[in-house]
Amino acid sequence: MRAFSALLDRLAFTHQRNGKIAHLMQFFAATPDPARGLALAVMTGDLGLRAVTPSMLRALASERIDSQLFALSYDFVGDLAETIALIWPEATVLSDTPLPDLVEELRITPKSGLPALIAKRLDSMSPSERYAYLKLATGGLRVGVSGRLARKALADYGGLPLTEVEEVWHGLTPPYENLFAWAEGGAKPAAAAHAPFRPVMLSTPTDLAALTDLDPADFDAEWKWDGIRVQAVSDCGTRRLYSRTGEDISPAFPDILETLDFEGTIDGELLVRRGDAIAPFGDLQKRLGRKTVSRKLLQSHPAHLRAYDLLVWQGDDLRGLPFLARRAELERAVASVGQPRMDLSPLLAFARWDDLAALRAAPPDSVIEGVMIKRRDSPYLAGRKKGPWFKWKRDPMIVDAVLLYAQRGHGKRSGFYSDFTFGVWDGDSLVPVGKAYFGFTDAELKALDRFVRNNTIETYGPVRALKPTKVVEVAFEGLNRSARHKSGVAMRFPRISRIRDDKPAAEADQLQTLRDMLP
Amino acid sequence: MIDSAALLQVRAEGLFCPAGGFYIDPVRPVEKALITHGHADHARAGHGAVMATAQTLDIMAIRYGNDFTASRQVASGQQQVGDVCVSFHPAGHVLGSAQIALSHKTAGTAVVTGDYSRSPNPACAPFEPVPCDILVTEATFALPVFRHPDASDEITRLLASIAAFPERAHLIGAYALGKAQRIIMLLRHAGWDGPIYIHGALQRLCDYHISQGIPLGDLRPATISRGQKADFAGQIILGPPSAFAATWAQRFPDPVICFASGWMQVRARARQRGVELPLIISDHVDWPDLTRTISELDPSQTWVTHGREDALMRWCELQGRDARPLRLLGYEEEQD
Repeated sequence: MRAFSALLDRLAFTHQRNGKIAHLMQFFAATPDPARGLALAVMTGDLGLRAVTPSMLRALASERIDSQLFALSYDFVGDLAETIALIWPEATVLSDTPLPDLVEELRITPKSGLPALIAKRLDSMSPSERYAYLKLATGGLRVGVSGRLARKALADYGGLPLTEVEEVWHGLTPPYENLFAWAEGGAKPAAAAHAPFRPVMLSTPTDLAALTDLDPADFDAEWKWDGIRVQAVSDCGTRRLYSRTGEDISPAFPDILETLDFEGTIDGELLVRRGDAIAPFGDLQKRLGRKTVSRKLLQSHPAHLRAYDLLVWQGDDLRGLPFLARRAELERAVASVGQPRMDLSPLLAFARWDDLAALRAAPPDSVIEGVMIKRRDSPYLAGRKKGPWFKWKRDPMIVDAVLLYAQRGHGKRSGFYSDFTFGVWDGDSLVPVGKAYFGFTDAELKALDRFVRNNTIETYGPVRALKPTKVVEVAFEGLNRSARHKSGVAMRFPRISRIRDDKPAAEADQLQTLRDMLP
Repeated sequence: MIDSAALLQVRAEGLFCPAGGFYIDPVRPVEKALITHGHADHARAGHGAVMATAQTLDIMAIRYGNDFTASRQVASGQQQVGDVCVSFHPAGHVLGSAQIALSHKTAGTAVVTGDYSRSPNPACAPFEPVPCDILVTEATFALPVFRHPDASDEITRLLASIAAFPERAHLIGAYALGKAQRIIMLLRHAGWDGPIYIHGALQRLCDYHISQGIPLGDLRPATISRGQKADFAGQIILGPPSAFAATWAQRFPDPVICFASGWMQVRARARQRGVELPLIISDHVDWPDLTRTISELDPSQTWVTHGREDALMRWCELQGRDARPLRLLGYEEEQD
């Protein structure tokens, strides 16, 4: 438990992805089975201990600590588990109970026995261990480790390709001993689960100049839809919908699962579709990240699967076939399933790259974000290989905005003001519309940092309010309506694409310009 | 019966002793001031006369220049000031820090702790308990969540991090008086005998500690010439917290930002400051030591100067102790 709590302490304060991966790898190397696998499951939320509630913990604390003192402390600390971890009477004897024992007893103890068990354990732990233990028991870890990041750390630890780790992941259960054995030179575990995830084929960006070296006759093209890329699997009665990183998102999409009336694996785009109209990404976003979905939302935001590719059909693995052959199978498959919630992504007719450029410039639907270009003779390959598949995205949207606030970055950027909030004009005041952390060169970062230091009008803790004089060009991939932002709009993937020292702040864009860009 | 008003009163300038005609740690210039220790919010320049320990007077001269006061007097033993007998006793907070004991033949005795700590500190003399009728205590960390761990364990965590990330510099934020020298001494005791790099703002106070017999070892200025960033890989650099917001921090390779303070016990505080390795090292009493001190000294009245007095008042109430909050203004609660 001590090693696990030390790991959580470091992860909680590590902002960089690579830093987190480094901590995880060091932990995997130093911790035996099954503790490391259980720790992994705790972090990715796959352990599923849910019986301990905040109210149970509050009641526990009130038995040991005066309620006024506890309330004053909780006010100051702001986190229940942390407050209890810190305020709990000091242990007279510390014991480093192995993580697997703690997990097992939490699992088998009936709910009525949990308060006494937790109190007993807290009595022999350090504050940092108490914190980790309470977070473990309540299941709300929030240390910024996604399943994807944990799998990446594991792949790096074993020198394994990430795509292969993702492929077997869903068949494995905590404490993942066979996975660690594989990472340490043993045999690759068999993908044992029904409806397994297959590593997704990804594209690399391109443009007209790069395409001119290629023969258009070797390629097919289709629209790039602005939803999320998914993999729909139906296998011996098990149906699953995966994100392209292998997260199982089935519970949020019962309407899609219902549609998967086949035996096979389809690669496609998940969209919200009402009648013939594809809804903007913002509508799909309302359906994402849910554990359950209400009937009302199913009706107001119906999901749709637009099929791109066929990986497995009726037990046959088609990934080795050329795209053209898979496409023919896909067309037959989609027709035979005959579900209105699933259709085919149409191929685009073009003879020359200029034809495709013209199509890309005037797509028939605003939910199209460019074109995909696929080599006809290419098999379905895991990962992002350069050559077989290209994405040629539409040009980003652009707006000229004024820098309003700045915060210092972390790691290599510590000491530099690198995180910016920018705004546009709404009448004669500037309203914040987004945040950007990148897009600028190192030299531009230095210049921006100098600007921040010389033009601070106020500081609020780590945040500096800036004299509203610096105009930047912000590029972004899309715009959603947002009730959470004062401006009413939220940008996707914003970055600072140019610093407009030539432009006075008064000539930055108006909020209305952004509103007009809304889908 | 104690006539407490003759001994101590709260005025706009700070804590005033009418019987002696002086202030203790006044926040504005006054005619006569007794100073507990050299931190800037307690020791200000511009008083008519200052009485303090020799080390505190030296530190004030280093910080403000030799003309920081019109006249000065070194505290030693029992000294009569007006109708009050005063004596200074080590507070264990920073070099030169003292509690001030006041004794009046009819009004009784009071001890003004200033800031104090009871955890071992190789950079200053340990706290000395002084019995009294009125204990005037600080309450910076007066919440039961504040239980400072053993400082040497925090240094062990720092050294483990340096071993785990040998390519990165470890940049430690520490206040220039007291905290910085304590960290250096803790590192020396833990066996780190290589150079420790310090920000220019720490230089004179470190030199002064060395002159007072505190062996800080090999200290080097954290300056850098162009293109030698990598020289700081695996090294320890100390700077005042203010320097972390300055361009100074930009010169080190992918630094691990550490901050040594009692506030680091609370995660949100550490995250707010962008700290990657919080080190819980405090120069103040934590909750157990604060409540233990009150219990041990068993004063008939406990006055709370600054900090989180609500929780301490509640604790006194639960203990059946007579206590009052002074709500003194002008002391920076964040400084630790």
